[in-house]
Amino acid sequence: MAAPSLYDEIQGIRAQYPPRAKSAVLPALRLAQERYGWLSPDAFREVADALDETPAYCESVASFYDMFHLAPVGEHLVEVCTNISCALVGAQQVLEAFEAELGVHPGETTPDGSVTLRTVECAGGCGWGTVVAVDHRYREPVKAEDVPAIVQELRG
Amino acid sequence: MSAQRLVLQGAEPGRDLTAIADYREVGGYGQLERARGLEPQAVLDELLAANVRGRGGAGFPMGKKASFLAKGTGKPTYLVVNADESEPGTFKDREIMFTVPHRLIEGCLVTAHAIGATNVFVYIRGEYLHEFEILRAALDEARAANLLGGVTIVLHRGAGAYICGEETALLESLEGERGQPRTKPPFPAVAGLYASPSLINNVETIATVPIILELGGDAYAKLGVDNSSGTRVFSLSGNVANGGNFELELGTSLRELIYDIGGGIPGGRELKAVIPGGSSVPVLTADQVDTPLDFDSVAEAGSMLGSGAVIVIDDRACMVQLGLRVAQFYMHESCGKCTPCREGTRWMVQLLRKIEDGQASQGELDLLLNVCDRILGKCLCPLGDAAAMPIASYVDRFRAEFQAHIDQGGCPFGGESSLEGIFAPVDQHTHDPVAEVPA
Repeated sequence: MAAPSLYDEIQGIRAQYPPRAKSAVLPALRLAQERYGWLSPDAFREVADALDETPAYCESVASFYDMFHLAPVGEHLVEVCTNISCALVGAQQVLEAFEAELGVHPGETTPDGSVTLRTVECAGGCGWGTVVAVDHRYREPVKAEDVPAIVQELRG
Repeated sequence: MSAQRLVLQGAEPGRDLTAIADYREVGGYGQLERARGLEPQAVLDELLAANVRGRGGAGFPMGKKASFLAKGTGKPTYLVVNADESEPGTFKDREIMFTVPHRLIEGCLVTAHAIGATNVFVYIRGEYLHEFEILRAALDEARAANLLGGVTIVLHRGAGAYICGEETALLESLEGERGQPRTKPPFPAVAGLYASPSLINNVETIATVPIILELGGDAYAKLGVDNSSGTRVFSLSGNVANGGNFELELGTSLRELIYDIGGGIPGGRELKAVIPGGSSVPVLTADQVDTPLDFDSVAEAGSMLGSGAVIVIDDRACMVQLGLRVAQFYMHESCGKCTPCREGTRWMVQLLRKIEDGQASQGELDLLLNVCDRILGKCLCPLGDAAAMPIASYVDRFRAEFQAHIDQGGCPFGGESSLEGIFAPVDQHTHDPVAEVPA
């Protein structure tokens, strides 16, 4: 059996909300991003079509939220929390270790397209900092000396 | 007063109650059965008697909020659970969700019965993937055990926006919009989700509901101190030996939390400052460490209990750098709707960076306070205040340190601050966060 199309999956989500509600926009955008890696103009058209909205509307919503990618990202995503609780216990050293290992700065992707490094606002693991999310899975606490092994794992 | 695990009851360190069988072993879902045998008003009366104040940050009495719900509107009443935990320093709702998810579900079902709702939406922050998966599995178990009783619970994931923890922004986001707060009135109790009467409560508040029923509202109200009944799950972080979530009776002192429970400040350092309720609240100084952690005592000390997130700061931290990092956060998270917040947070960042770099004049320190003053109370939602209050407090309580930056033409920590060079997400954006505002 073929996997359900994005269109059909989005209809399933819409059914959870009252008729005419636009509540499925966020979940639909997430599904599209999981499928394509980022939200391209084509992805917005596809989502908009499934929701009876315009692509511009979908993009206006997506652009508000930090987790949506409006440009391509690497195969893996490394997100380092640098808010104050993590910062007080060495987030900057953890970030610098990732920069050194990956050879990129926050907001950049390695030249081979394998890893995108980002800093994020408070991830909600403050007592167990520094929090690093690797492909949306939290590692906590991460110390600077843990970084080479994490990068090695991603490079396989 | 000390540790008393009620919300986290049964979930001893290292043990979780994610499986329904384990949750039932500690009496789980017993209160749901009892509640469904009671008139909704009788359940509501227990919540009112408990005088439980919201655990999200604002501290509004939960029972009173529920009693404001408009009746006879011909529209459904919705229960919305705010699981968009994003206040820097706060990670308690996350622990509740990954250790006792069924207590949250039971709380949802009891509360839904009390307010006559058949639709519950749990808005969970997008980053909490693990917690979402645990909650989804728990919900499947509850459904399979026929516990939902005609109530639907939808788990709705956010997508990364601090502002969506503000209740009307949350509603906008849940309705598929950009998460910008609404003008009040109308209040959500009258016209909330889908323009219908809606009760919005924090995860911890809802997870407390089965406990209140179990103990009885009057008995619950006797826990803690006057005007701050019950327990709270405090999130302890920063420069402390044992960070983590600790459920304590309200009124426990900061000293007990930081030193007796948290193991004190590591590395032989001195306590410099404490943020008692998440990054949005004014800072306390080391000599205020005997302040009891309850709503009124923390307010008397000049701050707020907020989300119960206690951030410990030792003597290696430069308060200007702390202020800069906090201001960068609010600048990043400002939704842009109100001018004082959108422009003011940016201006604060610029001034704090100039002070830190030793480039600021004496007048610019006063200007920073002036900017804070012009944000305070002048925005639709509390985000502007949440930026202005802490920054103004850092200047107020550590004035000499700010002054030293100006007098010395640089940071007196000389590169040795624990927050030296901390990088904020705003710096990876394409816009220039330090562009000059025209004079």
